Amino acid sequence: MNDVAQRPRKVSIIVSRGTLDGVYPGLILANGARLEGIEANLFFTFFGLYAVLKRFQDKLRIATVGNPALRVPHAKGFPLPTLLGAVPGMSALATAIMKKEMEKLDIPPVSEFLQMIHDAGGHIFACKATVDMFHLQPDDFCPEVEKVLTVGEFYERSVGAQIIFT
Amino acid sequence: MPEKIIAGQTVTVDEEGYLQNPAQWNRDIAQEIASEMGIQLTDAHWKVIEFLRRDYQERGAVPGMRRLNKVAGIAIKDLYTLFPDGPIKKAARIAGCPKPTSCV
Repeated sequence: MNDVAQRPRKVSIIVSRGTLDGVYPGLILANGARLEGIEANLFFTFFGLYAVLKRFQDKLRIATVGNPALRVPHAKGFPLPTLLGAVPGMSALATAIMKKEMEKLDIPPVSEFLQMIHDAGGHIFACKATVDMFHLQPDDFCPEVEKVLTVGEFYERSVGAQIIFT
Repeated sequence: MPEKIIAGQTVTVDEEGYLQNPAQWNRDIAQEIASEMGIQLTDAHWKVIEFLRRDYQERGAVPGMRRLNKVAGIAIKDLYTLFPDGPIKKAARIAGCPKPTSCV
């Protein structure tokens, strides 16, 4: 049996990227923390903030340009040439394929995943600097966002937590 | 695999106490594992346990949170209240299922 006292009991996860593959690791880490009984804070900043904007959160995509690890038509296929990656619709297609695979594993869409994390007692925050920079209003956010935090408030809430940057 | 006597019955468990053979499970064993965890089983707990067992038998995997929510219709908040600090793992152990392997 694992020694419960030695496990981290609190994590603060920063999501800074707005691609599909940039957002999901943070969501899976936060949900997984709650499943282990670990307190979880999620902090969305810069383009990662798109994950909590209700108009855009389910439209995140995979980058097909500038992503040399991307292979087609499956994970062990051939590397997608940069110029092909730039063809209109390529990013949407790659995203659709990946979402289908995720659905098979019962990994929910971003909006539903955030709702799950929220229901599980995870806390979801947005970064103030980004909110100001992007000129966002309260009704731009999905309802699970608890508060817009300054970096100072983020550190205050992260006392005793492990901070994970994604 | 170590053997353990739970509720008067000898069962095979892994190092973390998960039953290795769901057929060795019975309700008394569930009660005893739950009370070791400080959980008093109610009808709401039994609904989760029965779904876990049925779904594990049908699909060969312990269902994740989303499946418990969408298919069994159990609210996520309730699962965290019924089985605090690790709902699926605790429920699986009580239900005599192996340790969950899903990341979600």
